[in-house]
Amino acid sequence: MPTEKQLSVSDNEVLIELKKINKWYGGFHALKNVDLTVRKGERIVLCGPSGSGKSTLIRCINHLEEIKDGSIRVAGQEIDKAAKSIETVRREVGMVFQSFNLFPHLKIIDNCTLALRRVKGIPRLEAEEFARKYLDRVHILEQADKYPAQLSGGQQQRVAIARALCMEPKVMLFDEPTSALDPEMVKEVLDTMIGLAEDGMTMICVTHEMGFARQVGHRILFMADGEILEETTPEAFFKNPQHDRAKAFLGEILAHH
Amino acid sequence: MDKFGFPEFLFLLQGLKWTVLLTIISFVGGGIIGLVIALARVSPVKTIQRAATAYIALFQGTPLLMQLFVIYYGLALMSFNIDAWVAVSIAYTAHASAFLGDIWRGAIQSLPKGQIEASNALALGYVSRMRDIVLPQALKISLPATIGFAVQLTKGTSLAAIVGFVELARAGQIVSNLIFQPLLVFGVVGAIYFFICWPMSILGSHLERKLSLGY
Ligand SMILES: Nc1ncnc2c1ncn2[C@@H]1O[C@H](COP(=O)(O)OP(=O)(O)OP(=O)(O)O)[C@@H](O)[C@H]1O
Ligand SMILES: [Mg+2]
Repeated sequence: MPTEKQLSVSDNEVLIELKKINKWYGGFHALKNVDLTVRKGERIVLCGPSGSGKSTLIRCINHLEEIKDGSIRVAGQEIDKAAKSIETVRREVGMVFQSFNLFPHLKIIDNCTLALRRVKGIPRLEAEEFARKYLDRVHILEQADKYPAQLSGGQQQRVAIARALCMEPKVMLFDEPTSALDPEMVKEVLDTMIGLAEDGMTMICVTHEMGFARQVGHRILFMADGEILEETTPEAFFKNPQHDRAKAFLGEILAHH
Repeated sequence: MDKFGFPEFLFLLQGLKWTVLLTIISFVGGGIIGLVIALARVSPVKTIQRAATAYIALFQGTPLLMQLFVIYYGLALMSFNIDAWVAVSIAYTAHASAFLGDIWRGAIQSLPKGQIEASNALALGYVSRMRDIVLPQALKISLPATIGFAVQLTKGTSLAAIVGFVELARAGQIVSNLIFQPLLVFGVVGAIYFFICWPMSILGSHLERKLSLGY
């Protein structure tokens, strides 16, 4: 049963604005003149075949990848060559990776407090209080003093979400957050993300979880060969995909489920 | 004087003292400079990276003996009036820094890319990324190799005898020349080296086993 989506975000302020961005890996043109505007509270699902540039696109937003030309503006800050602009943007953008990327040598609680202390300069005790709040929110507070390797994949990914949330980002980026998980753990992570969506978080999710896309996505973007081929509501996309590539893609996804 | 008695043994221990001191100084000094070398080696700035690569290549690609000579006589020729002790310390520190730097460089580069990406995504700056994320993990990974190098370094200090530095091996030679019992004396010298280096090796392989079991 899909929950009621927020009726409209179309009047909200623009949080992310990508204009004509081009990304090259050596001689390979990975993103071709991509435009994207994301408003506050908007939840975007990004899908497409492997190698289409989904990861590359969201990694450009927080400058994990450098673009060749085009402009990227996040929460009013344009990314330029200056390290300061990159830091400013990264402070506003949380990211969750397919392979969790927790810091294995730090306890769960320290994974969550590190950036608070080092980037925001919040004293340890205060930072821990903060971290507990978010660990509780992803229902994993009782694991705070363990190390990442002692947790299941689903638990680790929830910690990764809490770690990003601690910085109180304006936007959360998810890069296939459930595809490295055992099937029985997918739901706990998706539920956490749905919870975030219900609280109004602005999200861009690369995922092939079509149920999730339907339930929370305001818009779905279909990418192929470094371009956004379709941009529509999930309902329209699933019912009536326009491009042959999209039809083929959906056929494959459905065949796997 | 023709037998190996307490005074002779004491003389060997004097030599041992210098061996241990030289090892500690060059390990600590080499560790500090080696850290800088390792960081330079993985620096995004190409010039810094190349300078560190050259430094490592220079000290790894030439015999320690030659490094000793060059630094010992080189400093003397430049009319620095320093004693053997300082010259030898400088030479071994330089030697250790290149090897430790390279060991740690390898460990840093072996970390999963995701660790750096997660640090960057969290807006951590260079200092925090290195101090809190990269170095603690890299040093842990490289602990067995680092201890292995410390063992090599301890034994390698015997080369310092060549420029007149009286450490354990040289002390053994002196005693042996006095009492004409080379087998006995060098047997004792060997035993002393062994009981210093062996526990270090044990510690190294113990840590290696422990680390391979994960966190
Ligand atoms: N660091 C890199 N160096 C060179 N080529 C790269 C690099 N990263 C990605 N690519 C190439 O860029 C293209 C887009 O990669 P990207 O990871 O963005 O795709 P994706 O849509 O996320 O795919 P997947 O579903 O497999 O994750 C691919 O062809 C990939 O081979
Ligand atoms: Mg990807």
